[in-house]
Amino acid sequence: MDTTITLHVDGAEHTLTVDTRTTLLDALRDRLGVTSPKKGCDHGQCGSCTVLLGDRRILACLALAVAHDGARVTTAAGLAPDGELHPLARAMVDHDGFQCGYCTPGQVCSAVGMLAEAEAGWPSHATRDLTAATELDDAEIRERMSGNLCRCGAYPNIVAAIREVSR
Amino acid sequence: MRPFEYTRPARAAEAVAAVTADPGARYLAGGTNLVDHLKLGLTAPTALVDVRDALDDTVRTLADGGTSIGAGVPNSDLAAHPEIRRRYPVLSAALLAGASGQLRNMATTGGNLLQRTRCVYFQDVTTPCNKREPGSGCSALEGHGRDNAVLGASEFCVATHPSDMAVALCALDARVRVLGPDGERTIPVNGFHRLPGATPERDTVLSHGELVTAVELPPPVPGARSTYRKVRERASYAFALVSVAALVQVRDSQFVDARIAFGGLAHAPWRARRAEEVLRGRPVTEESFQVAADAELAEARTGRDNSYKVPLTVNTLASVLRELTEEDR
Ligand SMILES: Cc1cc2nc3c(=O)[nH]c(=O)nc-3n(C[C@H](O)[C@H](O)[C@H](O)COP(=O)(O)OP(=O)(O)OC[C@H]3O[C@@H](n4cnc5c(N)ncnc54)[C@H](O)[C@@H]3O)c2cc1C
Ligand code: SF4
Ligand code: FES
Ligand code: FES
Repeated sequence: MDTTITLHVDGAEHTLTVDTRTTLLDALRDRLGVTSPKKGCDHGQCGSCTVLLGDRRILACLALAVAHDGARVTTAAGLAPDGELHPLARAMVDHDGFQCGYCTPGQVCSAVGMLAEAEAGWPSHATRDLTAATELDDAEIRERMSGNLCRCGAYPNIVAAIREVSR
Repeated sequence: MRPFEYTRPARAAEAVAAVTADPGARYLAGGTNLVDHLKLGLTAPTALVDVRDALDDTVRTLADGGTSIGAGVPNSDLAAHPEIRRRYPVLSAALLAGASGQLRNMATTGGNLLQRTRCVYFQDVTTPCNKREPGSGCSALEGHGRDNAVLGASEFCVATHPSDMAVALCALDARVRVLGPDGERTIPVNGFHRLPGATPERDTVLSHGELVTAVELPPPVPGARSTYRKVRERASYAFALVSVAALVQVRDSQFVDARIAFGGLAHAPWRARRAEEVLRGRPVTEESFQVAADAELAEARTGRDNSYKVPLTVNTLASVLRELTEEDR
């Protein structure tokens, strides 16, 4: 069943008609040609489709497009509007935080969302004292980024890149 | 995927009326479980009723000192809520042990309670499964059985309930508030999820059309210490093999009270009443930990692949009790 929705993606407004079954990921990639979010598993298990919905990191593969009418979506491409790399993306390059690069746009969006969560004082499973202030050591970074898999195993360098930006 | 209508009512009563009127309708919240099930073909609703505008998404203190959590509160916000972290840390810890940052941002309190089993056969439409297709048989009985239940299972289904949050809610004696076509009712969370018996297709005691509107927590138990421990196959982003939520009250090196719930062992979060009974009035000793854990697991029934769960559970509970009573020995 078709529905017309509006999406604000990386600063551009799009009005499109989608079948109610379309995920946000498919709407972005197949309908709008925004290919920076990747489809790894399509079942919420890899994180390669991570985008920012407002300021929150979410998985576009488990979101229905029709349920996000009017949403503001930022993809990794939108974090580098004029070809100027976002500090997190810059750090990923500097630290060799990828090999094939397939997981990278998801890693970058996830890290940006994660740093905002830490800034807001959100604890994680790695936090010993749930009522204390958050300090992003490597164990915290790894735990908070555990929803983003990297089949190339670039984890140590991804952690290093995030550590640099978090300081 | 079968085509479906999508609506997004502004009020809970409208959502209940819409789903009640249509046997093919389902509630949609964060979608992290339901959208996956649509893709896998486990369910084929004719209409999705999005409840995110209709549900309360706030955490409020109740007149009795307890706390009300709107069913629309995202798992991430609930885990990070200052009052939950301070007064009910076992709930924050359980939520933080589940899924990933992205998923917790999407998932809701109501959806988390109603998430369905991760049994591999349930999720694979090419295999028989009594829960998905009543009467077709249970593939897990003879098949890959590492995740199978060891307590309260039946010959019809040996699946386990996957939620971490629900395990903490059981140890906290939470209540689930529900709105249905005939009005509101409140259901203790211990009893909200069913054991499979001969009807594993029903996960909970809810009827079609009933909407979870809130979860209520009684006031925190004074002086209780609590923790959530999850054992899994990798350090993060994996479901529990076994998990334990425990609250203990100790005076003069004796257990005054204990509230213990297990995840990963049964079709529902498993409240360990026998272990609690054994601990009450007992000295805080290694022997007490062991006797309590053994008492709870005495009726465990294991198959070819899941016997590891019994010693794992006994050791995990003993370790949790040891950690919580460090200062009392
Ligand atoms: C890769 C992955 C890993 C995960 N790991 C974990 C984990 O380690 N621990 C864990 O606990 N969970 C885990 N989860 C599951 C996750 O916690 C659930 O998917 C989530 O909590 C469901 O909430 P939702 O709001 O997205 O529900 P939805 O998917 O929207 O709905 C789920 C079900 O609940 C029903 N429903 C929703 N809201 C209501 C309501 N208010 N009243 C009545 N019915 C309702 C829906 O009809 C549907 O049947 C994982 C999920 C994924 C994809
Ligand atoms: S254990 Fe339950 S859910 Fe799994 S195959 Fe058997 S009946 Fe289905
Ligand atoms: S494609 Fe969304 S999590 Fe893998
Ligand atoms: S760089 Fe190849 S998957 Fe991460």
